Amino acid sequence: LASWVPVVGLEIHAQISSNSKLFSGSQVQFAAPPNSLVSFFDASLPGTLPVLNRRCVEAAVMTGLALNCSINKKSLFDRKHYFYADLPAGYQITQQRVPIAVNGSLSYSLCIDNKMSQMVTKTVRIKQIQLEQDSGKSLHDDTRSQTLVDLNRAGVGLMEVVMEPDLCCGEEAAAAIRELQLILQTLGSSQAVMAEGQLRVDANVSVHHPGDPYGVRTEVKNINSIRFLAKAVDYEIQRQIEELENGGTILNETRAFDSRLGCTVPMRDKEGKQDYRFIPEPNLPPLILYDAKSLPANMNHQQVVNIDWIRERLPDLPSVKRAKLVEQYEILPEHSFTLLNEEGLTEFFENVVKQTQMKPRKVIGWILNDLLSYLKQHSLTVKESPVSSFLLADLLNLLEKKEISAAAAKQVLAELWKGEGKTPLEIVKEKKLELIQDQKELEQICQLVIDGHENEVIMMALR
Amino acid sequence: EGGVLQVSAALKEGQVTPTQLCQRCLALIRSTKFLNAYITVAEETALKQAEESEKRYRRGQPLGVLDGIPISVKDNFNTAGIETTCASNMLKGYISPYNATVVQKLLDQGAVLLGKTNLDEFAMGSGSTDGVFGPVRNPWSYSRQYKEKSASKSHSEDEESNWVITGGSSGGSAAAVSSFTCFAALGSDTGGSTRNPAAHCGVVGLKPTYGLISRHGLIPLVNSMDVPGILTRCVDDAAVVLGLLAGHDPKDSTTIQDTFEPFELPDFTDVSKLTIGIPKEYHAPGLSGEILALWSKAADLFKNAGAKVIEVSLPHTRYSIVCYHVLCTAEVASNMARFDGLEYGHRSDMNESTESMYAATRREGFNDVVRGRILSGNYFLLKQNYENYFIKAQKVRRLIASDFVKVFRSGVDILLTPTTLSDAVPYMEFIKEDNRTRSTQDDILTQAANMAGVPAISVPAALSERGLPVGLQFIGRSLQEKQLLTVAKWFEKQVKFPMIQLEEVKRLDHDILQHQKSASFS
Repeated sequence: LASWVPVVGLEIHAQISSNSKLFSGSQVQFAAPPNSLVSFFDASLPGTLPVLNRRCVEAAVMTGLALNCSINKKSLFDRKHYFYADLPAGYQITQQRVPIAVNGSLSYSLCIDNKMSQMVTKTVRIKQIQLEQDSGKSLHDDTRSQTLVDLNRAGVGLMEVVMEPDLCCGEEAAAAIRELQLILQTLGSSQAVMAEGQLRVDANVSVHHPGDPYGVRTEVKNINSIRFLAKAVDYEIQRQIEELENGGTILNETRAFDSRLGCTVPMRDKEGKQDYRFIPEPNLPPLILYDAKSLPANMNHQQVVNIDWIRERLPDLPSVKRAKLVEQYEILPEHSFTLLNEEGLTEFFENVVKQTQMKPRKVIGWILNDLLSYLKQHSLTVKESPVSSFLLADLLNLLEKKEISAAAAKQVLAELWKGEGKTPLEIVKEKKLELIQDQKELEQICQLVIDGHENEVIMMALR
Repeated sequence: EGGVLQVSAALKEGQVTPTQLCQRCLALIRSTKFLNAYITVAEETALKQAEESEKRYRRGQPLGVLDGIPISVKDNFNTAGIETTCASNMLKGYISPYNATVVQKLLDQGAVLLGKTNLDEFAMGSGSTDGVFGPVRNPWSYSRQYKEKSASKSHSEDEESNWVITGGSSGGSAAAVSSFTCFAALGSDTGGSTRNPAAHCGVVGLKPTYGLISRHGLIPLVNSMDVPGILTRCVDDAAVVLGLLAGHDPKDSTTIQDTFEPFELPDFTDVSKLTIGIPKEYHAPGLSGEILALWSKAADLFKNAGAKVIEVSLPHTRYSIVCYHVLCTAEVASNMARFDGLEYGHRSDMNESTESMYAATRREGFNDVVRGRILSGNYFLLKQNYENYFIKAQKVRRLIASDFVKVFRSGVDILLTPTTLSDAVPYMEFIKEDNRTRSTQDDILTQAANMAGVPAISVPAALSERGLPVGLQFIGRSLQEKQLLTVAKWFEKQVKFPMIQLEEVKRLDHDILQHQKSASFS
């Protein structure tokens, strides 16, 4: 069978973490009572005008810089028209002609095999980042034949990140998005929690034979987690290959991922191709950004966004953080990935290291193999861990001082996990897990065992 | 019948009280109801505002020169608690929760808001004839001056059917000021909608520089051309109102950041230092001989006073109408998209599906003019048409704007042009042509200033043969309102435009006088 080249391009919408919306002063808050965070502008009351939120611009600039983009010193806003219940004005304000950032890249890492023992770094190109409004939410109540509209989300700032189709499979997609999520969370420009709709990913998927032009692509939506992203992409690639190998064709359509069935299904047709009748947004002048060179001397720095000022204040990105962890604690790169991937785990690890004499590269094993697997088994976050860093450090100190064996330590950890408030030392005493150091005592025990198993001893002596 | 400054002085001296003033205006509104200038009269709130003003005057603490002065506002400005309809079924009964910035500024100065004035639906039109509340009648139709002239015509014609239009789309505001029911009114100007009715109704109509006055709360027609317009009985009043309204508004990102310095106009001006430009393209087809002569006379006036008067060219003027048509309809299609019956306004009973509800709501809520412009606009914005229509029109707009820049850079200070092609036509004649045709004809002299964003003002110049007002237009440099209004005031002084003689006003004054006489006897 001829080989297939899958091509995957991702479109990400990240909700900007800000106090108020992109063009109005109403608050941004998850799960507030319906229609309680709606300003006159959000409700599209006639005569209201957009006013750009400075914090949203800064968030987009930060994100652009972190993704190695060129920041456009002049970018423009446009109106994208379509009728829908969750779009009160009948158009969305977005940046179609000249977005705020272009031509960047995102590096992410994959493990070659499943054991995380070999990691390879890949790059996906970022086409652009644009600022745009989020829509409200509409809920269809088919039994009562009505649609319920909640405009709390209408007008919240979004950064749309468009990636070039450089990915080839679900695993790459998942890894790239995970890294993007970490970057956004590190910057604070978006909380990027997929479950709360702060990070939405659509995947464009196509397949073609090597040397042939790109195939027809489908857009896959309704992906609610990174895990489902990988599944959806892989399923769609498979589906397209099977379809084409059976002599069928791929339609340029939008499909939804059904997480229950683990497959993609065609979405209800949105009247084929939409013509959005873009026009420049006449109520917003071009967005002008400055850098140290172009900033006029008499300009009040409160009135402008200075790209260089933001660049100087960027926090350490995940890749830098990981490199520092590896250097400082002499752990493996794979370890640093796991530490950063789990919310709060790095902090936990560093707290344990601070409180114990055990070398970090030994501590890491306990963190990643023992603590983390317990957490995963019980679906707990690091924050919810019944074993605090203090307790674990305490336990590791006992091990380090050779007061207990490694096996005993694991037993103690299992007890600690019950969260009954006992200290490691108490558990050790309770279960009599102390390591016996006394030579004489050990000899006595050995002698007892030998005396009790005469036959076995003779068998051993004869061999 | 005085101007704002005079009445303000009278209020300060106690010669008249805000309540008396308010009541007089309300009474006049009642007796001139046939003009149909007002959609909503806010009698209760106006009297309350007058009462508050009176208290301030008694304490000797008026808020400013507008305190206690009755004003009216075109019904496309948001007024909290008072219906805002845009003369459309779509917004009948719509009570806005907020005040437009310009309305708020007037109220903060203590102005008394009498009511909302009539217009063409959503400000689309040049006659104030196409709103759902019916057409506005030009007060001059009932003036002695007009009646005398039309008496020579056939007597068999009913006076009822002889009335003339106000022009538009701010016809209600122009009629309100012209008939003395208020001292100043807000209009809007997108293609001439303040200047056109000002000229036809014999009042001053100012279109300020784009970005000088906030549009927050003005329901938009064309966002990139709309400005709030000021209608008053004299140029000094326009300067006063401008001074209170101009300036940066953080709620409107298209307002200019620089601080605006309110100004007073000099009583005496030496125009000999000025260069007046006469753009030859404004000798448009259809310009009446009468107005042409008036224009020429005005030019001579400046010449005789020592000004340099030269012919200039704005070569792209003839493209402005078709360019406006593309850009206006495109923005209209976009701006009207929000009227879907969901959040506010009219909602159709049709509920088979969201889409069918949208379609029915918009069909029921909008008149033919609005729907026609939406369809045109959407056509021009289709992907395959965008480049050929919208982009092209933007480029032509740039050329039109450059015409003005070049002329002003060449040493011309002010341009002098007619405002309209003729005096006001009778309603029966006006409606023989459709809205689009009329707009195309009537906007030709006013439209280009909106394209370029420059300020322009129409000043009443003389009465026509038929006894109706004719105005002339001055166009100035961006943000040079002071110079523009100074020249306009000088011109106003020279021509001494006659006061309208309205029976209703006379009767009211007579009644008040009688009342005062009898009061002094009791």
